[in-house]
Amino acid sequence: MDTSKMIRDSISGRCIAVRGNDIDTDRIIPARFMKVVSFAGLGEYAFYDERYTGNGDKKKHPFNDEAFSSASILLVNKNFGCGSSREHAPQALYRAGIKAIVGESFAEIFEGNCSVMGIPVLTVSSDDIENLMSEVENNPEVKMKIDINVKQLFLNEKAYNFNIPDSSRLSLLNGTWDSTAALLNARNKIISKSKELPYLHAFE
Amino acid sequence: MGKNLFNKVWDMHKVGTLDSGLDQLFIGLHLIHEVTSPQAFAMIKERKLKVLFPERTFATVDHIVPTENQRRPFRDPLAEKMMEALEINTKEYGIPLYDLESKNQGIVHIIGPELGLTQPGMTIACGDSHTSTHGAFGSIAFGVGTSQIRDILATQTIAMSRPKVRLINIIGALPKGVYAKDIILKIIRDLGVKGGIGYAYEFGGIGVEHLSMEERMTICNMSIEGGARVGYMNPDDTTFKYMKGRPFSPKEKNYQKALDYWNSIKSDSDADYDDTYTLNVEDLEPMVTWGINPGQSVSIGENMPFLKDLDTDEQKTVSQAYRHMGFEEGSPIKGKKIDVAFIGSCTNGRISDLRIAAEIAKGRKVASEVRALVVPGSKLVAKQAEEEGLDKIFTEAGFQWRNAGCSMCLAMNPDKLKGKEISASSSNRNFIGRQGSPSGRTLLMSPAMVAAAAISGKIIDIRNLKEI
Repeated sequence: MDTSKMIRDSISGRCIAVRGNDIDTDRIIPARFMKVVSFAGLGEYAFYDERYTGNGDKKKHPFNDEAFSSASILLVNKNFGCGSSREHAPQALYRAGIKAIVGESFAEIFEGNCSVMGIPVLTVSSDDIENLMSEVENNPEVKMKIDINVKQLFLNEKAYNFNIPDSSRLSLLNGTWDSTAALLNARNKIISKSKELPYLHAFE
Repeated sequence: MGKNLFNKVWDMHKVGTLDSGLDQLFIGLHLIHEVTSPQAFAMIKERKLKVLFPERTFATVDHIVPTENQRRPFRDPLAEKMMEALEINTKEYGIPLYDLESKNQGIVHIIGPELGLTQPGMTIACGDSHTSTHGAFGSIAFGVGTSQIRDILATQTIAMSRPKVRLINIIGALPKGVYAKDIILKIIRDLGVKGGIGYAYEFGGIGVEHLSMEERMTICNMSIEGGARVGYMNPDDTTFKYMKGRPFSPKEKNYQKALDYWNSIKSDSDADYDDTYTLNVEDLEPMVTWGINPGQSVSIGENMPFLKDLDTDEQKTVSQAYRHMGFEEGSPIKGKKIDVAFIGSCTNGRISDLRIAAEIAKGRKVASEVRALVVPGSKLVAKQAEEEGLDKIFTEAGFQWRNAGCSMCLAMNPDKLKGKEISASSSNRNFIGRQGSPSGRTLLMSPAMVAAAAISGKIIDIRNLKEI
């Protein structure tokens, strides 16, 4: 795998804010749209029940707003992605054009799923997210620039500090976020570990 | 300072540290199902990788399985396609599959323990967040996403950062009419739905020692609803007794060695924890959720909160919850009318849950306006229940007796709420849309409370059964 092509040290783009704490994975993608054997095409179902009424009429939602249709950076509040382990949630966002997520805090499995997909998940303070969201809502055309290396993002010429787990930061900078290759490098160590674990040999 | 179980088992399964700084962790048992695995197999195929330890992965079907008409092909072509994908993938890679033909089919978190696949001192992963259930046996068990399923299939390992460990010390004996479900709902309410982020929860204390394995599983199952990816308990004689004689349990001649290992991984009496929280369950009351996340609950005698008593941040979520639920702030949960009663799921679909519900259903009738379902968690649970005549008790009372599956917990199958229906549910999530209708509403509670609600048509206090 050519890791140089997978380096994601900076991301730029327009933003879209989805407000609210504890937005769970069932809201990000309702389970009925998960009856698929491929992730392709999940993008249109992102936030589906928040965007459409039972009759299929559009509701007011940032993902239905033309002004934000080209956005690639999602802004959220606290505990985003709580609930299920379904990777369908970040996959749906990714396939709806989202390349990075900035928020106050994230559920752990969701964050892990984003990391192995190479989607930066960045946390900022409550004041900063409020500021960022307002700026973006007032001016959807404004562009954000995220610098993973220095852990700063820039909007309207103002710099904001963000946090990202060191491991995620490194794998984005090195292009090694797709973990399979790195794990498989330790093949011999994996095999010897399997020999050490007593339950793998029926305690013989 | 001694070591806790979590760190012992983690260290034992650690293969090394990756360049990213994450630990590479060996996964002792990998469980898969039809919903989150097909894309992982597709990635394996695309990269021409092999499954490294096919004998350490086990598959079953649960999420999309219809619980009424199970004839193949399924009426839903999408469900049929997912089923076929799992059949093809497991066959191609030599992975055992407990499908609808198998007597062992059921919800993945119910069949693992039943078959003795789940054992103390293991690392267990599955593409489902309720994998924490298996922690009841003293294993480290957690949900993973599809890319991580790919990693486990290809390498039997996963890249992960070590969480902190919080001891949740449960003291006191549970009063009558109060159950394991009430304990975990109370913990989630106290610590919050994000309180466990970054932590593994060790449930300890005298209050745990008294619990059966099935009760312990109910508690560990919902750790994730409190934000903790892992929840576990130390194994003890109750655990070892449960393990005996199950198909994949260690054989008699090696049992002592197994016991030695299981005892060795227990938390030391002077073990170190990053945080401790104590809950006395002596005065605990039946809990019911009123909102749109599992932390929004009250005890049966309590009223829902007034917005003015909450901080600004919480006010937003709570007012959204009231809007969705159609409830008024400060009103009681007791007496709320229900349309649907659901007993089942990986949280509360085991034989002891069905026995408790049957005891309440016996000789009574489901309220005429209520649609009530009992869905055993596995075929073995169904068989046991039928041998005990529980199915008859339920059907005579007007409950529908179904086949094993996830059913209305997440409604990826024909079992769904319709419109704004409100359900009393023994499952684990009350998220908006969770039970299949975008405007549907869910009240989480113990199976006993669900059975009582089914019969009275409204939420009642199980401790005053004569109200029915």
